[in-house]
Amino acid sequence: MMRYRLAVFSRTAAAILGGYALASAAAACLAVWLPMGRADAVTTAQMLSFVFYACGVIWVFATRNAWRAWAGILLPAAVLGGLFLAGRAMGVA
Amino acid sequence: MKAGKAKAQGEEGLRQSMSWLHTWAGLIFGWVLYAMFLTGTLAFFRPEITAWMQPEIQARPIPSVQAVDLAQRYLNEHAPDAKRWFITPPSNREPLIQMLYQVAKPKPGERGFVRVKLDPASGQAVTGRETRGGDFFYRFHFELETAFPWGRWLASIAGMFMLVAIISGIITHKKIFTDFFTFRPKKGGQRAWMDGHNVLSVLGLPFHLMITFSGLVLFMVMLMPAGIQAVYENPRQYTDEVFKSFKVTPPLNQPAPTVPIAPLVAQAEQHWHGRVGRVTVNNPGDAGATVTLVRDAADGVSYGRLAPYMRFNGVTGEWQEGEDELSATVQTAGVVTGLHLGLFAEPLLRWFYFLVSMAGTGMVGTGLVLWIAKRRQKARPGDAREAFSLRLVDGLNAGTIAGVVFGVAAFFLVNRLLPADMPGRQVWEVRAFFSAWGLSLVYAFLFPRRKWQDLLAVAAVALALVPVVNAFTTTRHLGLSLPAGDWVMAGFDLTCLAGAALFGWMARKAARARKAPAKAPARARAGKPVAGKPVAGQPVAAKSVAAKPASSHVADASTAQAAPSHVVYEPRGDTP
Repeated sequence: MMRYRLAVFSRTAAAILGGYALASAAAACLAVWLPMGRADAVTTAQMLSFVFYACGVIWVFATRNAWRAWAGILLPAAVLGGLFLAGRAMGVA
Repeated sequence: MKAGKAKAQGEEGLRQSMSWLHTWAGLIFGWVLYAMFLTGTLAFFRPEITAWMQPEIQARPIPSVQAVDLAQRYLNEHAPDAKRWFITPPSNREPLIQMLYQVAKPKPGERGFVRVKLDPASGQAVTGRETRGGDFFYRFHFELETAFPWGRWLASIAGMFMLVAIISGIITHKKIFTDFFTFRPKKGGQRAWMDGHNVLSVLGLPFHLMITFSGLVLFMVMLMPAGIQAVYENPRQYTDEVFKSFKVTPPLNQPAPTVPIAPLVAQAEQHWHGRVGRVTVNNPGDAGATVTLVRDAADGVSYGRLAPYMRFNGVTGEWQEGEDELSATVQTAGVVTGLHLGLFAEPLLRWFYFLVSMAGTGMVGTGLVLWIAKRRQKARPGDAREAFSLRLVDGLNAGTIAGVVFGVAAFFLVNRLLPADMPGRQVWEVRAFFSAWGLSLVYAFLFPRRKWQDLLAVAAVALALVPVVNAFTTTRHLGLSLPAGDWVMAGFDLTCLAGAALFGWMARKAARARKAPAKAPARARAGKPVAGKPVAGQPVAAKSVAAKPASSHVADASTAQAAPSHVVYEPRGDTP
């Protein structure tokens, strides 16, 4: 029972907090990289970020184990965040 | 559980884990979402509700040009020093001229914004009874009567749970198409509930998805600052670039008379071949004044928040900037948010909005009841913790599903029953709403056996009383409003009666369902039990979808609740 609760807790945290981090990273990355005017890019990025959030949550609860759940959230978030930083450093936006 | 165990069983495992997610994501904020859905549904008729709640005000709209002229005259006289003026010309839905101005230096404790409504006929300020009218439902829908910005955050979080619940619900139902045509009321209990829930959900699925996603988009500047921070130094820069018509232009601090606005409105309306929906004057009476005209939200789907605009110099009347066509992206965002607000919808479409949104309310309501129905089936006898959670959820269900409706009715009743000139009466209207809801919750836990039938009956009676009390307190009752073709008043009263009929019918169902399984001994007073099978379902879904599905299935809640396993769920309450 305890184990089960921990598993649920871990996944819930991955979904809510990790999902938000993923959505934020996606929004930042797209805002920088989308080839449009900055207001348009940010608007698109903001709207799509909720799709990323929802997909992240679904992934967390659909996948086999907690490790994959966390990895599936944090890896893409890190990649997107890295792309954002790279884009900003290169002055894309 | 499934989430954890779902080994690589492929599709079956996925559906199990999604079913788990659907169950819990839907439950946690279910009651908040029910209230949000219901008040949001009512908010589609925001001006009409306000009109009903101020029956002493009767006005006919006049053309925008004249209206703006009247408004400017009033504001020149009463608010020459204001920082900003906002003028909303009258429309068929809102026949009064609405004005809002920002006081330059509000005294401590005073509000920075003053709201005035003018009668188009006289040009004088209108003083109806104090009420929040339809604005209450509109605000509650996304602020939950909680301090800024917490209420908005709470509502948005609930919205995100809704989005997850909808998506996981779709994945769970692989037979979504066949399920749509499946309704097996005779199977009773959980099966009927499930079918009803499916019908309500799938029927309005595009709407439910749209309304949930667009609700989040409406608040995305607050919810998802990362995208803005990535590119802009502060959110203000972004909003100024996207919501150009809202831009605040700085004053020059030199007095100068403001240009007459009416000719500018005439110019804009000719140019757009449409109406001006909002006039904003920044720094009136200053050399740096600007006049911004925005096209009316009713003129286009995407104009709800992001409409074409024109800005003029406020002293010379010279055109400064403007946009007739917004960029494709901004227009897309405009469509997403515009669809949510539904301001473009003409009466027929607005009623469709109302009905499908009621189906959404019913979707949440049936979902909540289904949680009980399913869980009770699986529950092991004598499991005290299980019995507790069933009792808790069932109490919250009854107290909310019937209680919010009772609250709405109480809000309307108090509007008529309090003296029209009583100061602060609008506060009491809101208190009536929350008291009725709160009392319903208390009752639900005090009388667990009777709660469904009693609370549903109370909601029905309260709704039915609204037109009755209206008839005694105003001269605009159904007997007069119907022949006169006064559709705002008549439509309101008739909708209340329809709601009362629906809830009355559900209350009767609940009462029968409670008696039906009472074949158990020691229930001598069970009047005339509806023999045999539980009354669950019936043609519920089909019928309610057509009419006003609010939470019709609630009725059968008690069926589900009373039916299968009495052992687990034996409320201590009032069983003699």
